[in-house]
Parts: sequence; structure tokens; C-alpha cells
Amino acid sequence: MENKNRLDLNTELMVLNMGPSHPATHGTVRFFLKLDGEKVVHMETEIGYLHRGFEKHCENGTWTQAFPFTDRLNYCSAPQNNVAYALAVEKLLGVTDKVPPRAVYIRTIMCELSRMADHYTNLGAATLELGALTAFIYFVEARELTWDLIESVCGARLTSNYIRVGGLASDLPEGFAARVKEVFAKNRVFWDEFDKLLTHNRIFLDRMRDTGGISRADAISYAFTGPCLRAAGVEYDVRKAFPYLAYRDVDFDIPIGTTGDNFDRYLVRMEEIKQSMRIVEQCLLQLPSGPININDASVRNPSKEDGKTYMESMIFHFKNTIEGIQVPKGEAYVATEGTNGEVGFYLVSQGGGKPWKCRVRPPCFALTQAIGHMCTGHYLSDIIPTFDMINLIGGECDR
Amino acid sequence: MGRLIDLCKQKLGGAVLSAHEQHGDETVVIRKDAMLTALRWLRDDNDTKFDFMMDLTAVDYFGTRPRDERFEVVYHLFSLTHNHRLRVKIPVAEADPAVESAATVWKAADWFEREVWDMYGIVFKGHPNMKRILLYEEFEGHPLRKDYNIRKRQPLIGPEN
Repeated sequence: MENKNRLDLNTELMVLNMGPSHPATHGTVRFFLKLDGEKVVHMETEIGYLHRGFEKHCENGTWTQAFPFTDRLNYCSAPQNNVAYALAVEKLLGVTDKVPPRAVYIRTIMCELSRMADHYTNLGAATLELGALTAFIYFVEARELTWDLIESVCGARLTSNYIRVGGLASDLPEGFAARVKEVFAKNRVFWDEFDKLLTHNRIFLDRMRDTGGISRADAISYAFTGPCLRAAGVEYDVRKAFPYLAYRDVDFDIPIGTTGDNFDRYLVRMEEIKQSMRIVEQCLLQLPSGPININDASVRNPSKEDGKTYMESMIFHFKNTIEGIQVPKGEAYVATEGTNGEVGFYLVSQGGGKPWKCRVRPPCFALTQAIGHMCTGHYLSDIIPTFDMINLIGGECDR
Repeated sequence: MGRLIDLCKQKLGGAVLSAHEQHGDETVVIRKDAMLTALRWLRDDNDTKFDFMMDLTAVDYFGTRPRDERFEVVYHLFSLTHNHRLRVKIPVAEADPAVESAATVWKAADWFEREVWDMYGIVFKGHPNMKRILLYEEFEGHPLRKDYNIRKRQPLIGPEN
């Protein structure tokens, strides 16, 4: 308002409440804004609307009972949370190397399928909120096909509850590889469609380019991880930095952005979808045969058949269910690459069947924290694409 | 003992109360009054260079440890330069549940510290905005403390008492 001609204008700041339930933000979050015209002068973010006491519930159940709760963290990519938690418990038990290779590969496949589904959801919701309804429908179609694959494996689309400590709930269904091939062929056609609809679309570019940017140094200080960190030009992906599951055995690239703005985040996510398809295809080619569960009845329940035939197996079933898996005293932190960034589980055991502490490091908590920093000084309308590309998932952020 | 632990003991001397390596995770326990200096050093030193504060949480050892070390504030640090990780723990007494804020060291610490205050009632001195983050202002108590009953109901949520 330095312009002298405008000195007479009323330049009081306008206070605006955005949310907690706003049609252009997915997820419940409240922004408290102070606006100078259309420019954001001050922004406060209020979260917590989806808090349901994840940690408290985990501490009050057995180690196995925490799985359904982990599903509901990032519900767009539930198997990844399952895997991260299972890896942390296995680390505490010291059985990480004893999990059969087939289970490790199937876990990798499930992680990457859910990464694809999550990116489709995120990008679809983003385009919808920017007014591109057509692109949204395409994204949802691609996501449905991917979720159909996940459903064929574990019977659920969202809350899969598929991974177990020491193995999996069930093996892959018959003809899974053929179905993946079919779905991926369709997904690749869809990918080209998204690319045509969005990447060179003038309206989309105007909303995304140079909005919501963050510098490399700030992204690091705010503990950004995942696509948002990589868009800012930092080459950090847990799958490469600390390879877990089968990521050491497959060939894939990590897309890196340059400017850290919303458009780079979009490009990184689009490329990651392609890379995930590559990983799944390689895993299916290399998929080892053999058991899917650890051969240790005190960690993973014996099969239902054995439980009904052998006395000892039945006792393990009973003890694992009633008392929980016995995890020795200790603490462990496991980092995995979730769709939004580093999903880390910090578990503390005091011995016995229940976790003493079950902490999840939520990637979008750190990202959401910086939204005020990214939006202050920019236009009100830039909040929408920035919030979309942060991909706040209430279940994960608020726990 | 791990390389990082040796380095910490060498440079921080008396500030390191104890250290251990378990399942490949290196951990140092640091004295409360030296924590801010230690965290700054961990961030800035060329051999440690912990530019990421990945996670910050607390653990309540109620009933299993003496009351003057009931809580532990736990930092998970990561260095992009060296690709290594370190866990830093600060013991906190029940009678004086307060530590220094690391919000000036890492910007990420701001919300994470508010969450620890919200859930455990540990105050971070020098924090710019020390208020609840996940729960509402009228909430009574700190739910992740072990002596907070999971069945307890609060006036604004759940059925009436």
C-alpha cells in the first residue's frame, strides 16, 4: 500500500477463517488468516480435528492389535504403515533377517501399489480443487484399478490390515501377475492422459508454478521429507539412503525437482508413479517362492490347520492372542519411505505383550507446519494448490 | 561402541550421561542443562552435521523408574551430509517437567514440541507459542502420561460423566 493515491483507502487487515470444513481443502484443518486485500499477511494453522489417541490405544493393546490402528494413519496408503510398524517390531525382536524373502517381496509390491494409489488420490484431489474435474475423474479411475489390485490381495481397499509381524496375512491370489500387467497397461495410458491434460495446461501451470515454494535450506530445517523435499532439490529417499525390504534388489530412479514450488511437487509425484510401476514389475519378475511367514510360532501364529491339528500350535495361537507376542525390553526406530515422506516408528518395549510406547513420525505433520511459511506474502488462492501438494492426511497428521 | 557415540563423548564430555547402541541405533543420553549447547553442536559440527530433526517425542516411564527421571524427551536426528542417524535423550524429572526449546535450532521443533507439551505436559522453555496442538485448550491433563486413564472422559468430548 505504498502508492500515495491509495492512502485514503481503508487498508485495515481482514481476518478470515478458512475451514475446518472448507470445500477446497480435503481434510479438516483450520487456517486463521489476516489478509491485506488478497495477500496473506499472517497465517496460523490449526490441526487436531482428527485426533483419536492412536498412541494411547496402541499402548493399551497387544503388539498385533496395533495393525488396524496403523491402517488409519495414512489411509490412502495403509499397507505402507503396516509395513513400517511390522519392521519396527521385527527390529525389536531381532528377526528382521528371518522374514522369508517372498514376504519381503510381496511387502515391497504392496508398498509401491499403495504409493501409486496415494499419488493418484492426491493429484486427483488437487486437480479437483483447482477446478479440473475431468482430470480428477481420470485419476480416480486409475486409482480404482490400483485399489482393485490391493483388494484382490487382502480383501480391502483402504484399511488393508494385511501385514503381520514376521510375515503376511495371506499369499498373493492366483493370476496376480497377469492382472498387474493388465492394470499397468491401462495405467500407462492414463498416465499419458494426465500428462496431456495437466503438464502443459496453461490454467494448471498458472496455479501451480511459483506458488508455495520453499528453499532447500528451509525445507531441511522444517524436516521436510518425501516428494516435497525432493521437489526442493534434496536427494533424500529412505529407499535409497537406508534400503529396506527389497529396494536394494530393484532398479529405480529418484526424481528431483529444482525450485521446490507446487509444480515441481506435481512433477515429482507423476514420475514416482512411473517408478513405482517399474519396481512392482521387477519384484514380480524376481518374486521368490516359498513360505510367507517366519518359521517361529512365538512371533507369527502357526497356520489355522496346524492350530486345529497340533496341541502346541494351538497353545501358541492362544498365547499370541491373549498375551500378545513377547517382545524383549528395548527400543528401536525404523524409517521407511511413505508416500508423503519418512514414516518412522519409534517403539519402546518394557518386555511383555504390549508396546510401552508406539510413536509414529508423521511426515505431513512436519509439512503442514510450514504451510504458513510458504503462503505468507502470497495470494489467498495460492493456499489451495499449496495445501494440495502438501497432501495433508488428517489420519496421519492428527493421529 | 559406535563412532557417533565416541565422538559425542569426546566433544561433549560430562554432558553425556550414558550411551548405548541397540539394534544398530546409536543413542546418547544428555544432561538437561547442557542440552541446547549439545544439540547446536550436533547440528553444526562437520563430523556430525545433523541438519534434520526427524522426530521429537517423549516417553513416560511412570512406575518403572525413579520419579526424578520419570520422563525422557527423545530426539531422532538425521544427517543428510553423512547419511547417519542418532537418538538423543534428555531425562526429565516429574517435579520439574521442563526442558529448553530447540525451536531456534531446527524450525521443525516448533510443532513437535507443542505436541509433547500437549500429550505429556513437558514445557519447552523459550518456545514462541507453547500451547496445545492436537487437543483443545480446555482439555484437562495430558493423555499420554501413564497415569491418565484411557477410559477418562472430558467435558467437551464423549458421553457425559
